[in-house]
Amino acid sequence: MRPFDYHRATSSAEAARAVAAPGATVIAGGTNLLDLMKLEVMAPERLIDITRLDLGGIEETGDGGLRIGTLVRNADLAADARVRRDYPVLSRALLAGASGQLRNKATTGGNLMQRTRCYYFYDTAMPCNKREPGSGCGAIGGVTRLHAILGASEHCIATHPSDMAVALLALDATVELEGPEGEGRSVPLADFHRLPGDTPHIETVLQPGEIITAVTLPPPVRGRQVYRKVRDRASYAFALVSVAAVVRMEDGRIAHAALAFGGLAHKPWRDPAVEDLLVGEAPSEALFDRAADRLLADARGQGGNDFKIPLARRTLKAVLADATREAAA
Amino acid sequence: MTTHLKIDEPDHRNRLDHMAQGTLGAPLDRPEGPLKVTGTATYADEWPVEGLCHGVLVRASTDKGRVTAVGREAVEALPGVLAVVTDERFLRNPAQGMAGAAPAQGPDRIAYFGQPVALVVAETFEQARHGAETLQIAFDRSDDAVLDLESDRAAVDVPPGKQASQGDLDRAMREAVHAVDVTYRTPGHVSAAMEPHAAIATWDDGLLTLRGSYQMLRFNRLELADSLNIEPDRVRILSPYVGGGFGSKLGISPEAVAAAIAAERLGRPVSVALTRPQVFEGTTHRSETRQRIRLAADAEGRLVGIGHEALVGNLPGEVFAEPVTQATPFVYRGEHRVVGLSVARLDRTCAGSVRAPGEAVGHTALESAMDELAVATGLDPVELRRRNIPEEDPSSGLPFSSHTMRRCLDHGAEAFGWHRRKAEPGSVRDGEWLIGMGMASAVRVNMVVEARARVRLTADGRAEVETDMTDIGTGTYAILTQIASEMLGLPMDRVETRLGDTDLPSGSGSGGSFGASSTGTAVYLACEALRRDLCARLACEEEDLTLKDGMAIAGDRRVALTDLLGGQTLTEEGHVEAGETSKKVRQATYGAYFAEVAVNAVTGETRVRRMHGTFTAGRILNAKTARSQCLGAMVFGIGMALTEELLFDPRHGHIVNHDFAEYHLPVNADVPQIEVDLLEERDAWANPMQAKGIGELGICGAGAAILNAVYNACGVRVRDLPATPDKILPGLP
Repeated sequence: MRPFDYHRATSSAEAARAVAAPGATVIAGGTNLLDLMKLEVMAPERLIDITRLDLGGIEETGDGGLRIGTLVRNADLAADARVRRDYPVLSRALLAGASGQLRNKATTGGNLMQRTRCYYFYDTAMPCNKREPGSGCGAIGGVTRLHAILGASEHCIATHPSDMAVALLALDATVELEGPEGEGRSVPLADFHRLPGDTPHIETVLQPGEIITAVTLPPPVRGRQVYRKVRDRASYAFALVSVAAVVRMEDGRIAHAALAFGGLAHKPWRDPAVEDLLVGEAPSEALFDRAADRLLADARGQGGNDFKIPLARRTLKAVLADATREAAA
Repeated sequence: MTTHLKIDEPDHRNRLDHMAQGTLGAPLDRPEGPLKVTGTATYADEWPVEGLCHGVLVRASTDKGRVTAVGREAVEALPGVLAVVTDERFLRNPAQGMAGAAPAQGPDRIAYFGQPVALVVAETFEQARHGAETLQIAFDRSDDAVLDLESDRAAVDVPPGKQASQGDLDRAMREAVHAVDVTYRTPGHVSAAMEPHAAIATWDDGLLTLRGSYQMLRFNRLELADSLNIEPDRVRILSPYVGGGFGSKLGISPEAVAAAIAAERLGRPVSVALTRPQVFEGTTHRSETRQRIRLAADAEGRLVGIGHEALVGNLPGEVFAEPVTQATPFVYRGEHRVVGLSVARLDRTCAGSVRAPGEAVGHTALESAMDELAVATGLDPVELRRRNIPEEDPSSGLPFSSHTMRRCLDHGAEAFGWHRRKAEPGSVRDGEWLIGMGMASAVRVNMVVEARARVRLTADGRAEVETDMTDIGTGTYAILTQIASEMLGLPMDRVETRLGDTDLPSGSGSGGSFGASSTGTAVYLACEALRRDLCARLACEEEDLTLKDGMAIAGDRRVALTDLLGGQTLTEEGHVEAGETSKKVRQATYGAYFAEVAVNAVTGETRVRRMHGTFTAGRILNAKTARSQCLGAMVFGIGMALTEELLFDPRHGHIVNHDFAEYHLPVNADVPQIEVDLLEERDAWANPMQAKGIGELGICGAGAAILNAVYNACGVRVRDLPATPDKILPGLP
């Protein structure tokens, strides 16, 4: 670990100003950042500790949604009665991630900012365009079991590891940001994370001098919510494939479908074309196959992760069958 | 005095069944348990040592080549950094179990990616780690590294001593009514001890004290002394508590030598603790294996032939070869046999003993193939095994010292409810989950290793047991205390056991499941000698002496031990070594596993629902710690079958999943209810206690019960372990 400065922020605007400095990074739960600092995968010169700020708490918004403070712990968010009642997909996704100990520390904003678990990103002896822009991608041609099948580039095939973010994406969550002058802006979660392109080291649209203050959920959508995570072991394993679904049925037809996917891409993945194809239709295996065809039309394996393509198809179809059957009943 | 026993003959006296204290065999708590659960047991890197500084090793980040330059100046200028230490005595490879001599040294020649090449020492661990991460090392990479077990370019050794054949297996296969000819592959595994390898070295007047985490101290002292080119009597190793070893701490690892050299050079105590990735890369791992198994059976499913030919890997020059076929020569009948083991020379991290080397992977593959034979013959898998239990060792013709597989099969099948299994794969469904049952036998060779222990019966009526034996979490403190307690008629709290110090008599060390029976016998012998000493004072025969609760009873006399000792302290030493028994009998431990799994019909995920193991291992010394050993062993079986796999980069040969986030050990949610039944057995050939090793038995074949259950659940036969979802998916409807 490299020596670093530590600054305890006294207000969110002040935190934003502090983090504008080159080499500064926000620390909250630290469950990912500290590991990466020990390995010198990340070597911030200055840590801006925001944990003393009043950015916790879950409040109801005027329109019937929820505003989740950036410092709300994953464990607390998963256990919140309103979340469990109105946004069960979020609660289930949170509980599918990490371990009890980690969920007790990890925060909402931190979860969105966590880095990929790509083996080559973690090993400083390997090239990685994310860690060292321009050094190349160590994963391509290597062990690619964890890697992306959608939206990858020749510069990076990493996946985003979060479960929580997948559920938030299906719930149409918005990320609230605050800048150095206290000015706020909102970014739909769908636009918050970026695809790798030729700048895989730039993972979000967060600008220098901005911090996450909250995540806002719109009013709950009636219908059935499902989170399904396929993994190599029953606890503490990142998703091979995960699907978050919010589906509402009306008169035997799909009236609303929001589908987000984890384990497939550099960001939590959502494809409006898949949802458009489903809405207005009666559920059937043929329909689900078409949805999977659409989702995976551009999917490309790297060898070690080829299995994710049939796995994503099977998982999506099972989730759709589950969500539409239950909702119809 | 030293009482010496070379085990050449069975000991039918079975003296322990005639003792009165009632502690041996009981499910007693570990005496040191409270220290461990309160964090007050001192592990290697936890000793408070004045003036301690910290070293962090630096690895080679190339697969094969030579170090050409070490950028020491830049690092030595960093705050807190005391030195960048390189030395031709640094270990290139970790030492193998029972080596007793230095392993390959000379870090400038790079033999594998991850090999330690330098040590950065600083005032704090964090400074040293930063220095290690900063240190630039230039390499010349040679382009001829062989990184794949099955590479055409690999040099393959075929050690003559590892090949055996009898009869004509090819013909037996051609003429068999039922034949199975299949190839299984198992991946590399790591020991995954919770405590990383660590050492604190202190020099005092030319004498080295090393506080380390090792399994076999008398060998470790020789390895360390030889590596440093000093006499063994100048080295003392202390390992009173060891946070798991599972083979990876049988021999010394690079941290021991690096700490000793740095401490000498700096004139200060130096601690070197491996990081988790360094444990993966710089200590031994289990080789991958490729195993061709051939089974030829008659119409009734009786084996007429067995072939088991394995390919394993290791670094050039390493003598260790995963003994995959170890139990195959005697486990089942069949007059036509081929057993072979070949070693491919790979330029990858060193292979060595991990969790039941040999049978862990070898018997697992054989038992999977046996399940395939059960399908081919239409026989129930339990019945197939019952029909193939040999009357005598079919390879050597030797009688078995005892044979309990049939008892274990029958007991386990009954306890598990095996009769409820449906033979047709895919016939039981619970929603999305396909349910299956599978079974396998367990077998592990049994051995004794030379051991000494001293027992002191003190004037105040207590006993002290002393040996350099280690407790690597297995329960050694408990069982040695129990043996002395039972033999000397003392309550447990009047016996103190001291372990893990090379100044004490040399025990067997912990490994190969031989620790309890070997060092336990040494304690037994010392206690028996003490009993004879007491008999001399009582003028009675040893058989007529009863010791219980601090009282000596002989005939109508009843004397307090303290009175009998009359202010004196008696000291005896026991010394045991293996003798001729292996030439007279075949000795092993047996068991049977039963597993129920659920395979998800959509995703191919497998979850174990319940598991049962029935085992025998002669006299059970502590029912609780023995059961715990079997539970942990079966968890390893779950890992081997479903989740554990070292992933090597095909271009560099480095381990990419070198931490516990990505090397998937089974965690709580993966481990269902596991039942363990230990059946009574005495084996007079084993030793005077009639106890055999149990630590590894529960690993050997456990994974096969799960894989066979996977087949029964969904009809997919996974021959390339572990059975991760991607391997099952293609076979699902």
